[in-house]
Amino acid sequence: MKELSVNHLLGIKYLVKEDIDLIFETADYFKEVINRPIKKVPSLRDITIANIFFENSTRTKLSFELAQKRLSADVISFSAAQSSVKKGETLIDTVNNILSMKVDMVVMRHANPGAAYFLSQNVNASIINAGDGAHEHPTQALLDSFSIKEKLGEVKGKKVVIVGDILHSRVALSNIYALQMQGAEVKVCGPKTLLPKYIESLGVQVEPNLREALEWCDVANMLRVQNERMDVNYFPSTREYAQQYGVDKTLLDSLNKEIVIMHPGPINRGVEITSDVADSKQSVILDQVENGVAIRMAVIYLLASKIKQ
Amino acid sequence: MSQKILLTAKEVNIILHRLACQLIEKHLDFSFTVLIGLQPRGKFLAQRIRHILETEYHVKNIQLGFLDITFFRDDFRRGDKPLEANKTQIDFLVENKKVVFIDDVLYTGRSINAALTAIQSFGRPSEVELLTLIDRRFSRHLPIQPDYRGRQVDAINGEKVKVCWQENEGEDAVFLIMN
Repeated sequence: MKELSVNHLLGIKYLVKEDIDLIFETADYFKEVINRPIKKVPSLRDITIANIFFENSTRTKLSFELAQKRLSADVISFSAAQSSVKKGETLIDTVNNILSMKVDMVVMRHANPGAAYFLSQNVNASIINAGDGAHEHPTQALLDSFSIKEKLGEVKGKKVVIVGDILHSRVALSNIYALQMQGAEVKVCGPKTLLPKYIESLGVQVEPNLREALEWCDVANMLRVQNERMDVNYFPSTREYAQQYGVDKTLLDSLNKEIVIMHPGPINRGVEITSDVADSKQSVILDQVENGVAIRMAVIYLLASKIKQ
Repeated sequence: MSQKILLTAKEVNIILHRLACQLIEKHLDFSFTVLIGLQPRGKFLAQRIRHILETEYHVKNIQLGFLDITFFRDDFRRGDKPLEANKTQIDFLVENKKVVFIDDVLYTGRSINAALTAIQSFGRPSEVELLTLIDRRFSRHLPIQPDYRGRQVDAINGEKVKVCWQENEGEDAVFLIMN
């Protein structure tokens, strides 16, 4: 299959395995492109893309912008904090105003789950979900799997543990869907207060002990504690969280095998992982960032090829 | 749909040798020249030519790369079929080198146009030449002509020229496929 089965990228749950394979294949080609002297291809020179971010972002926003520019698309960026949203303009109005300026594709990050889906039903453009509340972050899951594939050869049969604030994490949910679709085994590990009640219904086992989880896994994806989504205290103190669920070099070196350490960023050094773990040779954190641009180029290219002239 | 054979394996072999000799005549020891096969089908021709140059004419250390032009095509989003990319592999600099594009069939010239833009991502060649096995003479959409041509073919629009290689399809042959 040489086309995506979807017209938007709203979440991993709407994709099929062939979509993921196609995205990875295309991302491989784009990874070569971004390592050339001139890192641009002219494919999307007649496409305009709006990046609409209602929540803060460093990586995702820059990564999308860079991917779009490398494809020669015209890019406009919109951050809610400096816009008329502050004056009470609705989401649909905001986006339709932008679309009236002949924008073909919208990349949106929003605090409400389902915002991207809502948009795809109400406006006439191709939508990419860059994170909707604690729901999905599909491009992150894709680049995470791509990085695992790059480091370990394939995702199928690999054991991946996602550690930390699963309750508030869109990265966790998208990763669970993506990894399972590719035949990996997934466990989650974290304080009971940060694990969703019915997480096991997704076919994911809970391992409450960090050491056990790390001994079991091939890959550990460490998540940041999402303080900004916490309305109450989910654990006594950051120090206690770090002691129970943070990874340091001593713990890493004491395991019976070398595991791969991943983190979607931003890292709270000393909380979920220490600096020496983040900067160790087992960490693929910066590769994830590089792969992020290639994956986003692939997704944008494949979605754009479905927008007919 | 019927097909007619244009070149047999023996004729293909003779032509490849002649093309190799023409290249040597112009480029001598290839110290300032690189060969770039255009993906996907120019790859086999390029490998074959390099093989002949190295084994039969003892030209050493020929630099061969493969260029995929999918992202430089001008028919993105305009066709019905989705475009399929292939691997680009150019492990050397093209800056100031003479580049010889190698492709199996020259038809409208749009692939070569895309290749001319694409190669600029790797540097500025001093010269660019084109080698094709088959030149569909009157089918050009752009002012592009080959420097080295295997066989000139006059084919109408509905017809297709198919080049088969031993490595791929089991034998060397060129067919004209008519509707």
